[in-house]
Amino acid sequence: MCAGGSCVMYLTLALFIAMATSFNSRAETRLQSSTSFLSDELRARQNDETVNPGMLWVGEGEELWRTIGGAEGKSCASCHGDAEKSMKGVAARYPAVDPETGKLLNLELRINKCRSERQKAEAFGYESEEMLAMTTYIARQSVGLPISVKADGSAAVYYEKGRSLFYLRQGQIDLSCAQCHEDNTGRRLRGDVISSAVVTGYPAYRLEWQTLGSLHRRLRACSLGVRAIQFPYGSDEYLSLELFLAKRSEGLPLEAPAIRK
Amino acid sequence: MALAPARVSMPTEAKKGEAVEIKALVRHPMETGYRIDNVGQPIPRNIVTLLTVTYAGAEIFRMEMQTGISANPFVSLSVRATVTGELVFTWVDDRGTVTIERKPLTVT
Repeated sequence: MCAGGSCVMYLTLALFIAMATSFNSRAETRLQSSTSFLSDELRARQNDETVNPGMLWVGEGEELWRTIGGAEGKSCASCHGDAEKSMKGVAARYPAVDPETGKLLNLELRINKCRSERQKAEAFGYESEEMLAMTTYIARQSVGLPISVKADGSAAVYYEKGRSLFYLRQGQIDLSCAQCHEDNTGRRLRGDVISSAVVTGYPAYRLEWQTLGSLHRRLRACSLGVRAIQFPYGSDEYLSLELFLAKRSEGLPLEAPAIRK
Repeated sequence: MALAPARVSMPTEAKKGEAVEIKALVRHPMETGYRIDNVGQPIPRNIVTLLTVTYAGAEIFRMEMQTGISANPFVSLSVRATVTGELVFTWVDDRGTVTIERKPLTVT
């Protein structure tokens, strides 16, 4: 067919083209939000504010935003004013490193920091109805905005920790997050489609829970699923993982409160 | 929490004879009574048993619910606009808690 060196040259060229093509297609493939795996009916329900059950928590959060609490006699609105303006885009930037302490804070921990330091009020329980209402209300102000978190500088150490946790095989079933959520994305696992581990929808209303829950509750469900250690709500492990997942979701629009199965 | 337990969406105005679409969502755990808690004790049943809707004083809708209905039940209905008046949505649960939501409808 081809004589001497020209054959090798063609092969090399073909290989190069193939590599370039596969590299390009990978770069173009954006991770899909789990919303794209929902049925048309559920997607319509999520996108309609009048029927999305998560909006019940948004309504409660709005009330709480204006509720005065703590020794300082302040509400969130006393300092932050109108949440529709002051909280726009905030949820899309979290988790973020707190410049004062150097610790990574997600929305839940940031709210409790405000409560204990500024309002001199009792901190909300991590998965309490009040906290879910506040986080959902604040996240709602960023709906449609692209997720954009900082993973370098002081956040780099957390990002690396989250990344290594994502690829670490763990539990009795000896699975890493990536083995399901990267290698088998889009395939079915029991009654649901495996997500690509993007976190656009949390706090989300999960049909399995019959209620709204935080991302950490969802992560705990996965840890239990592979029979690994369930880390506590708000633990460094899940916070770091949350940062890694948020960076994975970079550029995707926020959808909270989403409906998930 | 007792805050904002219900959301009803419907237009505030309608033409006479027009069909008005109403969407009603209520916050409720709909605990079936078939489950046990983490120490093996049965969780008592607590579901919304009745939803009624009145329009200008007359009952137009009544729904008896059972344990098969999911948490935070969502109900959609439509009504023909006849007179200007108030629609009153009433949910009653096993504990006797009554949730009421009122929506005015102006008919032109």
